Amino acid sequence: MTRQKRSHHKLKRAVAPYLYLSPSLLIIGLLMLLPMVTVIAYSFQNSAVLRRDPSFAGLKHYQAIFDDPVFWASLWHTLYFTCMSVIFHMTIGMVFALMLNSDRINPTLRNILRVLYILPWLFTAVIIAVIWRLLLEPNGVVNSILMQIGIIGSKVEWFSSPETALHAVTFANIWAGYPLFMVSLLAGLQGIPKDFYEAADIDGAKAYQKLIFITIPQLMPIIISISLLDFIWTMQVFPLIWITTGGGPIYSTEVLSTYTYKLAFSSYNLSQASASAVVILLISLGLTLFYIRYQKAR
Amino acid sequence: MMFRIKPAMLKIAAAAWLLGATGAMADTTLEFTQWWEPELPAGSLRAIMDGFEAANPGIKVTLVSGPYATTRDQISVGAATGTLSDVVGLDGAWVNNLNAQNALADMNPMMDASGFDKSQVADIIKVDGKAVMFPVASFVYPVFVNLDLAAQAGVTKLPSTRAEFLEAAKKMTHADKNQYGWVLPLSLQTPSGVQNDMMSWVWASGQSMMANGKPDLVGKPVVDMLAFVKSLNDAGTISPGIATKTEQEKVEEFVNDRVGMMIDSLAHVNLIRKRNPKLNFDLIPVPVVENYTGKRGLPYASWGIGISAASKHQEEAWKLVQYLMSEKVNAKLVSLANAFPGNVNAKPDFVTSDKAFGKAFEIFKTGYLANEFTGLPVAEDLMTQFDVQAQKMLAGEQSPEQAAATAQKGWMAKF
Repeated sequence: MTRQKRSHHKLKRAVAPYLYLSPSLLIIGLLMLLPMVTVIAYSFQNSAVLRRDPSFAGLKHYQAIFDDPVFWASLWHTLYFTCMSVIFHMTIGMVFALMLNSDRINPTLRNILRVLYILPWLFTAVIIAVIWRLLLEPNGVVNSILMQIGIIGSKVEWFSSPETALHAVTFANIWAGYPLFMVSLLAGLQGIPKDFYEAADIDGAKAYQKLIFITIPQLMPIIISISLLDFIWTMQVFPLIWITTGGGPIYSTEVLSTYTYKLAFSSYNLSQASASAVVILLISLGLTLFYIRYQKAR
Repeated sequence: MMFRIKPAMLKIAAAAWLLGATGAMADTTLEFTQWWEPELPAGSLRAIMDGFEAANPGIKVTLVSGPYATTRDQISVGAATGTLSDVVGLDGAWVNNLNAQNALADMNPMMDASGFDKSQVADIIKVDGKAVMFPVASFVYPVFVNLDLAAQAGVTKLPSTRAEFLEAAKKMTHADKNQYGWVLPLSLQTPSGVQNDMMSWVWASGQSMMANGKPDLVGKPVVDMLAFVKSLNDAGTISPGIATKTEQEKVEEFVNDRVGMMIDSLAHVNLIRKRNPKLNFDLIPVPVVENYTGKRGLPYASWGIGISAASKHQEEAWKLVQYLMSEKVNAKLVSLANAFPGNVNAKPDFVTSDKAFGKAFEIFKTGYLANEFTGLPVAEDLMTQFDVQAQKMLAGEQSPEQAAATAQKGWMAKF
C-alpha cells in the first residue's frame, strides 16, 4: 500500500464515525442548539422578534430582570417549590416502595395498592391542575371534609390566599410526582440481596437499623440520580402552576417559568423574557453538569 | 399513432397551462387571518367569503384560522417579519403594539378614496391618528341577574345604581348556603376581569380611566370604583376564590345558582341556557354612580378587522373590509356570532326572536361602546399590573388609593 493510499484510508476511518453520527448531530443541532442559540442572541437584542432590525442591547435585559424584585421572588418560589417537591417525592416514594416491597402485606392488597399509588403518574399536568382546583376550591371537597372533622373553622381559599397558595401548588405537584421515585426505588429494593438482611437479623439489628444501614445506602445511587433529575424537571414546571394560580395571588406563586411566560406573552418583552429563559437555562445546565459528573464518578 | 398523439397532447396541455396561468394572474388571492372561523358555525365564514368572491370577480380569499391565542402569536410574528396576512382579525388590545411596528395600514385614505360613509360604523379605532381597526362584531358585557335568587332575597327592583347593587348583593348573600351576591374573577392567568368586571363600573357612569391620553388611575373615577369593589368584598358579598377565579368559573357559579349577579359577555347567553335551562335570569346595564343620568358606557370585547401595511393588495383588502362592514353582511355575520353589529344600521335577527338578546340590544342602543384598553400599549400587561394591585387591596394589604397609585406608576412606565 502506498503512503498516499494509507493516509487516505486513515482519513476515511477517522471520518466514518462522524458520518454515522451526522444525522443525529444534525437533528440535535436543528432542534436543540439552534433554538437555544437564538434565544441567547435575543437576550442581547432590543425589541427582539418584534423588530426586523433589532439593535444590540448588551447586558441591559439581564440587568433589568436582576433589578426586578418579582424575579427574585420567583427564584425563591421556584427553589421552595422544587426543594419541597423533591424531598416529599423522595420520602413518599420511599415509604410506598417499602410498603409494596414488604412481605407482611397481603399480595392481593399489594397489587391493588401498586395500581392506586401509580395513578397520579397517569394524569397529564392539565388534568392534575383541574383535579386539585376542584378539590381545593373554597366550596370544594377538601374544605368540606376538614370542616366536618373540625380541623378548620371556616373555608380556606387554598389557591387564592397568598398565605397558602404556594404550599397548595407544591402539594399538588408532590401528589403528581412521587410515583417516579416509588417505581425506581421499588426496582432498587428488589435488587438488594436478601443475605444482607439475614446477616443483620443474626446480629440482632432492628428494623430501623436495617433501613438506615442497609436499605438506604444500597439505594443511594438511585436516590441521588432520581433526585437530581427530579430537581431539573420540577424547576421547569409550568402548566400546573399556570392553570391553578397563574402565578398569583399577587406574586405568591410566581416561579421562573410563569415569570418568563408573562414577560413574553403579556408584556411582549421578548428580549427580557429571553434573558430570563437564559437564567433558567444556566441553572438547569449547572444541575445537569452536576448530574453528569455524578454519573461519570459512578 | 402514439407519436402523432403526443405532440397534440402537449399542445393542449400547454394551452391549458397558459389559460390557467393567465387566470391565476388575473385573480388576486387575499389571505385573511382570524380566530372567528372556529367560533362560528362550521362553514359559515367560508360561505360569507364565497359571497364576497361572487360579488368581486377576480378576488379570492384564503382563510387562515386558528384559536384566539394562536392567532395572536401568529399576528405578532407576522408583523415582525413582514409576513402579516393581507387582512387580519384584530383584538383592540393588540393594535397599539402592531401600530408601533408599522404593521397596520391607515384606512383613512382608503375610506376617503372610496367615499365610505363613516357614520355607518359603530367605532373606528385610531392610533396616532391612523384608522387601524373597525370592530366588526361586538360582544357586550351587561349584568346578568338570577331572578329567582333576587326574588328569594326580596330584591324587587333590579339595581340601577352602585348603592342599590351593594344592597341587592348583600341581600342575595348567604355564605352558609354557598350563595353570594356577586362574582369577581381576577385570575392572573387571564386578567380580563380587570377590564370586564372592574373598569366596566367606571365606563358605565360615563367616566374614564384616562386623562389626556395618559392613565389616570389616581383620579376619582378609578379610586371610587376600587373603593366600591372593596366595600362589596368587605361586606362578604363576593364569591370566594377571587384571586384565581377565571371567567369560565364565574359563569359556572352563576349557572349553578351560586351567585346572584355577574357582569358577563352576551355571547354566553346560549351557553348559560344550555347548562341550566331552568335558570331564570334577566339582563340589566352595569349600575352607575348616584345621580348619573347620562349615556352609559357599555364594556365590550370585539372582533376587529384591519389591513396589513405590507399587503400588496390593499385595494382588494379594503373591498373585503367594506363588504364585512356593509349592513346586510354585517347583520348576517353578527347573527351567526350572537354579537352586536359593527354597522349601526345592521340589525341581527336574534334580537327580535329572543327576549334576552332583545333587551341587551336596547341597552346597547341607548348606551355607547366603551373599552379604553383598546389601543393601549401592552394592554394585557396593564391589566395584570392592575389585577395584582386590586388583589393586594382585597387581601387588606393596601387601600384603594394606594392600589391606584401603585398601578398608575406601573402603567406610566409602559406609556
